[in-house]
Amino acid sequence: MKKNWPLWEVFVRSKNGLEHRHFGSLHAADADMALENARDVYTRRNEGVSIWVVESKYITASNPADNGELFEPAQDKIYRHPTFYDLPDEVKHM
Amino acid sequence: MSEKEIKNLEAIFEARIARDEKIEPKDWMPEKYRQTHIRQISQHAHSEVVGMLPEGNWITRAPSLRRKAALLAKVQDEAGHGLYLYSACETLGISRDELYEQLHSGKAKYSSIFNYPTVTWADMGAIGWLVDGAAIINQVPLCNTSFGPYARAMVRVCKEESFHQRQGYEIMLTLCKGTPEQKAMAQDALNRWWWPSLMMLGPTDAASVHTEQSMKWKLKRKTNDELRQQFIDQTVPQADLLGLTIPDPDLKFNEKTGHYDFGAIDWDEFWQVVKGHGPCNKERMNARVSAWENGAWVRDAAMAYAEKQENKKVAKAS
Amino acid sequence: MKNENLYNYILGIADNSLILGQRLGELCGHGPNLETDIAMTNINLDLIGQARSYYQYAGKLTGQDKSEDDIAFLRLEREYRNVLLVEQPNTHFGYVMVRQFLFDMFHFMLMEKLQHSKDETLVAIANKGIKEVSYHKRFSSDWIKRLGDGTAESNAKIQEAINDLWRFTDEFFQLTEADKAMVEVGIGVDVSKLKEDYYKKVSEVLEEATLQTPENKYFTKGGKEGLHTEHMGYILAELQYMQRTFPNMTW
Repeated sequence: MKKNWPLWEVFVRSKNGLEHRHFGSLHAADADMALENARDVYTRRNEGVSIWVVESKYITASNPADNGELFEPAQDKIYRHPTFYDLPDEVKHM
Repeated sequence: MSEKEIKNLEAIFEARIARDEKIEPKDWMPEKYRQTHIRQISQHAHSEVVGMLPEGNWITRAPSLRRKAALLAKVQDEAGHGLYLYSACETLGISRDELYEQLHSGKAKYSSIFNYPTVTWADMGAIGWLVDGAAIINQVPLCNTSFGPYARAMVRVCKEESFHQRQGYEIMLTLCKGTPEQKAMAQDALNRWWWPSLMMLGPTDAASVHTEQSMKWKLKRKTNDELRQQFIDQTVPQADLLGLTIPDPDLKFNEKTGHYDFGAIDWDEFWQVVKGHGPCNKERMNARVSAWENGAWVRDAAMAYAEKQENKKVAKAS
Repeated sequence: MKNENLYNYILGIADNSLILGQRLGELCGHGPNLETDIAMTNINLDLIGQARSYYQYAGKLTGQDKSEDDIAFLRLEREYRNVLLVEQPNTHFGYVMVRQFLFDMFHFMLMEKLQHSKDETLVAIANKGIKEVSYHKRFSSDWIKRLGDGTAESNAKIQEAINDLWRFTDEFFQLTEADKAMVEVGIGVDVSKLKEDYYKKVSEVLEEATLQTPENKYFTKGGKEGLHTEHMGYILAELQYMQRTFPNMTW
């Protein structure tokens, strides 16, 4: 059985001060090649100053079917947001 | 899952799309949605990759270094766009190799326009101007399509593609400002690429089998005929500016509708090319298949090397 | 021409980039997969960019307002000064990579030295070019290792390409009359001095790639003097097709 080049996810920092952002994916035989391919595919227009690559199979993703229990409980915790608290307009710098 | 449960999920799913929510790869989706997306996204990817060939044909003969660099960059972008689109397709649970297999066996289609030959340098201009022009009209609405990975790929594609059409039009403009010989070359290219470009926007609404479902899933925002009209309306003035004549004696601005009326499209030719009997179908497919087959030992070697390196690392660590 | 030696010296460097770019141009759309295709086109674009900078500079030296395209497209075969290696055909991916690797290793060393030329324009081109070439060298060296130490088939194929192309490497280190004149005034690089280091570095990569360094002592040369292999005429036929068929037009 022939093995195909695995899939990698590419994360690019567009400039210092910004986080690495998911840019897309590509195929490569090894990590060095994945980095080089990422450079050639995703930064042709000067889009990046730093690249991360990770083989897609190492990403653990949450299951959308669990979204209810994972994310909905956070929806009613409105006291985590500044607007929850009533203060008079005269209070400054807060 | 019972039939009733599936119906229920489908209803929730359709409602999400109707609310303009995006669908992501791991979300539940009807099997038909998955299959339709695999078909359309891969067809789009194949078109980018096969589309490299007619223009690639002129890289070594480009008339100036500036043009050579621009053409190379453009053809390279098409490889990139193919790659983005294959990646989007892969999130639906099919590998790029399987998609290639479908292309090479003739099971998958690609845009029929790439089965026409590029015979003069002016064809590089006409393709950029007309073919990319028609493609943009098709693609811009897809930036808002319902499937997240496809929409994101299209945003990137559209951003990068903006130079392609300008590149083509500039070639035409230079030819039309040049010698009579050059202008004739430009006119000849327009004559040959005009009708195929109109066909590229797809069969008429009456003959289009997927339109209704695709509109619902936002894979299409406008019908083929609407897109074609939009293309003609925006291209005619551009041809005027070049001083070129569009090869359609019935083309006329209709004051009442505010659009151009145009002559009958030869749909027999369209279907002939789609069915594999265009001027270059065989050549295009041979080129793709032989690139893939000739590259097999290279891809295998890289994989074997990677495994060896991995084993060395493991041996060192233990 | 006042600066004929400098002009010829520049062409000796520029034509390598142009002709290798022309060869790589044949491959665009035909690579072993999309990623590799894109990567090789990036190399090609770097090379064409470099060639343009050199030709623009050379054009100014002629004193006749010659454009980069006049120089790139409108010379006779005997007036092209590229080394023979870069005009060798894309027989298979192994040949493409070996040709690239053997050239990149030399090109990088040349750029390193050219950064210290007394000619400011050449220094500027070399300063920009060395970063590109450094990446080319890394890319092609990595591939030599993958193909050399990959499968038995790839090892045999790449070894075949090395054995075939090896005879073109010695030409890098030959000095033409223009080279000598430019070395003398501190503008040109004395390439003969790069030879030992070149073969040492090349063998290191080959060894890591489990490949044999050929022992062949017979070398072919002539490109730098404008005497090319039979392939060159066909390369120029394509390169010059438009300019020759439609002379004196703007594109």
